[in-house]
Amino acid sequence: MSAAAEQTVLDRAELDPAKAPSFPVAALPVLRNVQLRKNVAHAIDVIQAKRARLVAEKTDWQALRAAAAAIKDHVLENLGAYLEQFEERCTAAGGTVHWAVDAADARKIILEILREEKADEVIKIKTMTSAEIQLNPFLEAAGVRTYETDLAEIILQLGEGEPSHIVVPALHVNRSQVREIFARRMGIENLSDEPKALTAAARNYLRQKFLLVPTAISGANFLIAETGGVVVVESEGNGRMCLTLPRTMITLAGIEKVLPRFQDLEVMLQLLARSATGERMNPYTSLWTGVTPGDGPQKFHVVLLDNGRSSILARKKERQTLRCIRCAACMNTCPVYRQTGGHAYGSVYPGPIGAILTPQLEQLRHAQSLPFASSLCGACYEVCPVKINIPEILIDLRAQVTDQERKTAGKFFDPMYVAMRAANLIFSRAWLFHAAQKMGRIGSRFLTRKDGWMHSLPSVGAKWTLTRDLRGLPRQTFHEWWAARERGAK
Amino acid sequence: MQASLFITCYNDTLFPETGRALVRLLERLGVEVEFRAGQTCCGQMHANTGFRREAFCQAKRLVRLYADAEAVVIPSSSCVAMIRDQYPGLFEELGDEALRKDFAALVPRVYELSEFLIDKLGVEDVGAYFPHRVTYHASCHGLRGLHLGERPFRLLRKVRGLELAPLANLERCCGFGGTFSVKNGEVSSAMLTVKLEDVLATKAEFCTALDNSCLMHLGGGMHRQYAGMKTIHMAQILASTEKEPPEVAG
Repeated sequence: MSAAAEQTVLDRAELDPAKAPSFPVAALPVLRNVQLRKNVAHAIDVIQAKRARLVAEKTDWQALRAAAAAIKDHVLENLGAYLEQFEERCTAAGGTVHWAVDAADARKIILEILREEKADEVIKIKTMTSAEIQLNPFLEAAGVRTYETDLAEIILQLGEGEPSHIVVPALHVNRSQVREIFARRMGIENLSDEPKALTAAARNYLRQKFLLVPTAISGANFLIAETGGVVVVESEGNGRMCLTLPRTMITLAGIEKVLPRFQDLEVMLQLLARSATGERMNPYTSLWTGVTPGDGPQKFHVVLLDNGRSSILARKKERQTLRCIRCAACMNTCPVYRQTGGHAYGSVYPGPIGAILTPQLEQLRHAQSLPFASSLCGACYEVCPVKINIPEILIDLRAQVTDQERKTAGKFFDPMYVAMRAANLIFSRAWLFHAAQKMGRIGSRFLTRKDGWMHSLPSVGAKWTLTRDLRGLPRQTFHEWWAARERGAK
Repeated sequence: MQASLFITCYNDTLFPETGRALVRLLERLGVEVEFRAGQTCCGQMHANTGFRREAFCQAKRLVRLYADAEAVVIPSSSCVAMIRDQYPGLFEELGDEALRKDFAALVPRVYELSEFLIDKLGVEDVGAYFPHRVTYHASCHGLRGLHLGERPFRLLRKVRGLELAPLANLERCCGFGGTFSVKNGEVSSAMLTVKLEDVLATKAEFCTALDNSCLMHLGGGMHRQYAGMKTIHMAQILASTEKEPPEVAG
């Protein structure tokens, strides 16, 4: 094997919010990567176009959104009661329910179950929640081999990459990279990059795991309180294999995933498939309740994960964040995500929902740059199937970050903070505003070129003149013109 | 009909020609225009950058200043959206009952320009003449904040001589986003590049909008790239006649 081939195919992104660089910094390598930006833009444009077509055919789309938001709000109002009901029904059906307060707790619970099962290997259905708690590296370090079974997750696991999207995690990887990863890690010579050949290779790799590994881990799209059931939706059927072949199943689910009734799926599934993949119905919807003798896993555990969620629940305005059903429509429509892809967000949850969810899950100890990673264009709110007002929450989180930062000495002299304080003073009195305009006009003369435009600005303005000129300040402001006109009229 | 003009801080400083055009347009339509000297800013920049208390101070100032105005006309969708969407939250958190009452009384009388013309005055044909090929950029706040919908197009279609060039991906943000354009300068620039491809592909002579903030962004990019297209606020197009063509800078 050549030296070049020893290197990994995919760039390693840092998705731990505690370690990730700030958004503007993390975005830079992606912005320089023309191919990556093309891959991302093409992929999300395709999904968005499909979504738009299928949403347009639903005459009751707005009613469905309102219903979904109402169902979720009702759950969040009564979350404790529904979770207890879920626990009771799930237990009655033969499952075991565990409560995990944070990521470390959830990892410990899962490892204990695996130890009890004497499992040193586990197959996994795609679950972003397990990525949230960094489960795979923890299990690997504890001597448990993890095998992802979602095609995109296999690509990332074998290529040692990180997810950049919550529905299409390998969105940023192209076909020739997939070919290279599969050829090397599965040891296949002369593998073509035709989709048929690549999926055949994956199928061959997967069948062995399905048949040999008796323990599986899944996430959950929904938990049903009245039945104690769990719902997973997927496109490939690999999840279905994990749900039927193994002896033991462990489901990891955020506490906000619970729905009151089976009937509520009628609303949610119509919204989810259309919003997520632009399909009327996703190809595989699996529902299971506890244990059924002779059919499917004979041992079933559910780990209910808090990990910061109840602190979001406690905040009136931000609570709607927990309505999220992880469809990713917000990132597919986001003009910022379209340029940066997912890795710049430094979290397993990228895009607009990640920009509000991650800092809240981190309780603003990390990821403080994320609420600012938006032009507040509002496209995310418009497509959100559960009507999360993401721009409103972004602005609210910005205020929380600013309140936190402005007390620190380092930020006191930060040019942006100085400018904002000065602007506030200036806007408090019209005469101060007018004096500042005059001073600005005089000062800007030195920066204005012969063509009447400023091409290079100092301090924070330098980021503007990276790519944009600014017209020189006109000789007369509007209010000066108005005053002169009034004088002339008299 | 009397209308009080809230020009907004950045239009006052950077785009006075928009204000002059707006006065000419409204007076031509028989509106008596007044301008209150105490005005400064609506507070949007502070609110969207996380400075809530500062934003509240400016919001309170604005409500007090216009409490007795018959109608307030604002040639900037994002400032109108600030007032409608963010003032209630600010006043809920930091204001008192009297302020909330004053605001509730004022807000139905606050109009974005195209709303004022179509909804309040009931005119679509404002008697404008502008013999140029023009493309319309829908600002995010006008499109999704105020739901202006067809209003801008209805006004532009009635302008004599104007050839309207459709813009692809009309609903996509230009990447300005206020302080986003400097806090995330590189990402904002990448968004601008993508937007300009669509705008320049229209082969229009002018790109117009109801927000000079987007136009400052688009125009700044065009100027940097020697693109040969100009930006112009819609008030200037609507004010323009055979006798008085618009003042176009730079």
